[in-house]
Amino acid sequence: MKISSGAVRLVIPAASLAVLLAAVFYMQPRAMSYTGLNLLFNLAVPIALATVAQMLIMAVNDLDLSMGTFVSFCACVTATFLQASPATGILIFLGAIAAYAAIGVIIYVRELPAIVVTLGMSFVWGGLAVLILPSPGGAAPGWARWLMTSKPPFVPMAIVASVVIALATHFLIMRSSFGVLIRGVGGNVRSVERAGWSIVKVRAAAYALAGLFAMLSGIALVGLTTSADANIALRYTLLSIAGVILGGGEFVGGKVSPIGAVIGALTLALAGSFLSFMRISPDWQIGAQGAILIVVLAMRLFLNRLEKREKSR
Amino acid sequence: MTANLMKNEVVAARGIKVAFGAVKALDGIDLVIHAGECVGLVGHNGAGKSTIVNVINGGLSPQEGVVSYGGETSGHGIATARANGVRCVFQELSLCPNLTVNENVRIMHPDLKGWNWRSRALELVKKQLQDIFPGHGIDCDSTVDDLSIAERQMVEIAISFAGFGAPPKLVILDEPTSSLDAGLAAQMMAYIRRFVADGGAVLLISHILGEILSTADRIVVMKDGRVVADRLALELNTRSLVEAMGNVVREQEYLRSGAARSGSPVLSMAPRRGRGLAFEAYRGEIVGLAGLGGHGQTEALLDLYLSRNSNWWPARRDELAFVAGDRSLNGTFPLWSILKNLSIASLQDLSSRTFIDNPRENRLGLGWKNRIEIRTPDLENRILSLSGGNQQKVLFARALATTARTVLMDDPMRGVDVGTKQEVYEILRSEAASGRTFIWYSTEMDEIRLCDRVYVFREGGIVAELAGDEVTEKNVLAASFSAGEAA
Repeated sequence: MKISSGAVRLVIPAASLAVLLAAVFYMQPRAMSYTGLNLLFNLAVPIALATVAQMLIMAVNDLDLSMGTFVSFCACVTATFLQASPATGILIFLGAIAAYAAIGVIIYVRELPAIVVTLGMSFVWGGLAVLILPSPGGAAPGWARWLMTSKPPFVPMAIVASVVIALATHFLIMRSSFGVLIRGVGGNVRSVERAGWSIVKVRAAAYALAGLFAMLSGIALVGLTTSADANIALRYTLLSIAGVILGGGEFVGGKVSPIGAVIGALTLALAGSFLSFMRISPDWQIGAQGAILIVVLAMRLFLNRLEKREKSR
Repeated sequence: MTANLMKNEVVAARGIKVAFGAVKALDGIDLVIHAGECVGLVGHNGAGKSTIVNVINGGLSPQEGVVSYGGETSGHGIATARANGVRCVFQELSLCPNLTVNENVRIMHPDLKGWNWRSRALELVKKQLQDIFPGHGIDCDSTVDDLSIAERQMVEIAISFAGFGAPPKLVILDEPTSSLDAGLAAQMMAYIRRFVADGGAVLLISHILGEILSTADRIVVMKDGRVVADRLALELNTRSLVEAMGNVVREQEYLRSGAARSGSPVLSMAPRRGRGLAFEAYRGEIVGLAGLGGHGQTEALLDLYLSRNSNWWPARRDELAFVAGDRSLNGTFPLWSILKNLSIASLQDLSSRTFIDNPRENRLGLGWKNRIEIRTPDLENRILSLSGGNQQKVLFARALATTARTVLMDDPMRGVDVGTKQEVYEILRSEAASGRTFIWYSTEMDEIRLCDRVYVFREGGIVAELAGDEVTEKNVLAASFSAGEAA
């Protein structure tokens, strides 16, 4: 049987997650338990959601540099308005999602570089977050807290949530017509346009959906940490991009994989724990995390090359 | 009678005029396509074939003239054209490479809605592929990326002919067989005949004249944005078609430098891809690279350049200068001044101890400004303040100001007005007389006729060498269109 290129793309992320997990279990066998797994992975859930959001933007050949500040902003709204007066909170979220859709349209219509526009927006979201929550605080809405800390039988919540996110987005992006259109825009805008589709609508929808997932990421984050802070998720910008790439996605060409993106996010979260178990001092951890990234990406490049050589033969 | 004809009309474009800046792409063209006929469209590069296709499929709005679909002139645009059953297979592949075959069907057929569209799309494309290319062996579940180029083209053709709901009324095929082998091309042509017999219409563009002559009912020949012949295919043969494409009246004589061949060649290249003729250029010659666009001329120029210059580490003294064809893509530095754009290639000669000598740079700029008449009050103005033709002059001056003895030119006169062209031709002549060698890829026949010697390219290789008085439009056309069946 011939293996599709999509499946090949998933092999490396899955393998690297498995290797990291095996290494963690070897060093710390007690992690191999319900609580252990939950602790290892529960902070991965908001990262996975943010990664899926970034993946949607990358599927239409853009890059969102405001992901971190936007998730922080959503976290601040969750810890204040959504908790105190849910109606206002929902309205703010709807406005934010509309703003995302508008950004997607503006970037396309005015032919602006997405990096510049989203970099500018990152200051807007950051400023709004500080205005809403000048000092760390707030409280998680009860339902968010309940959802993130619930204990389903046999499998910890973090794993259940990751699987649900992966499957739901896989269906949405890889199986539905809507997902086909989004990836089509990334693959060849002109042919989609020639077939009579409105590129503006598709891009607006892709950005709005990204805004929705980023919002869920902010809510999940507050559900875990019980309070928010204007800088709570700044790392998410780069983590989400790294997660998409680790998961087999590409910067251009509409080549994305939702399951891969979730696996990439889990890998990134696990890499931090792995380095702690290795007793590497926090000063070196960021560098070591970068080294892990480089190794995984180098493996992927190597595999791509092999594939290309095979094809040209 | 008239009403009946109007009813059978699938698409009619009447009095269409389109101009891109100073260049007239279409100059009052009439093209009517009826149901149940296959119209062949031929012409040299820049004749306006792609432009008229874009007007018909709604991608381009003409400045003058009317396009009507099925006799009605209501609206214009991609959506209108598609609603009237116009489909197009473009020369460059226009599938989404990251999607699977059935997902591409979904994109091309917006009506394919609802649950279970995947299996219906798969069924549709499988049936159509089987219809056109029996025994194709394409796996319709695979990603387009994983298919070979011929397979991609087959899939694209099948998707365009596939009818979901209503079958297409007009399918425009722009070089559909360019990456198909002879067997597949024959299957394709046979299918076109069947499609036309069932009442469909096809507009076929191809550089393989045998294909057009055997398949089309009627052949339209275009030249310089106008229709110069519109005749039944039965009345034509390869020779008369080539003659119709050429311009016999305007055959001018140019002064050629004659026997310039002396000594050893300054540049040479083995036959490309192991077939065709070898390339050689001598001192003081203007060598033309002719043939239809995209048949390997640019690649040949780049290989010539790289043969004297490393891909990794640029040589300290350039023997070769390169004038790029696509100004905005790889010619100008849009944010820089005219002077900086001009002097960038000769900074090595203008600097002493790694610092640029500003007075010398200014002198160089002024000298060239006067010599080739760059129309600007101040060389410090931004390059984009110039017209396209003047920008191109600056790029010429950039190459000529270097000490390079050989200049490679990649169709640099695209979209330049006639006056500027004449001025540049003068400069080329005088520079060649003083011993410079020019290797000039051009898609315009007037420019090719200026050359001392011409190599005609087809399908990546050199198929003919014409020298001196042999350089005529007729000979170039005859060599660049293969007369036979699919090559």
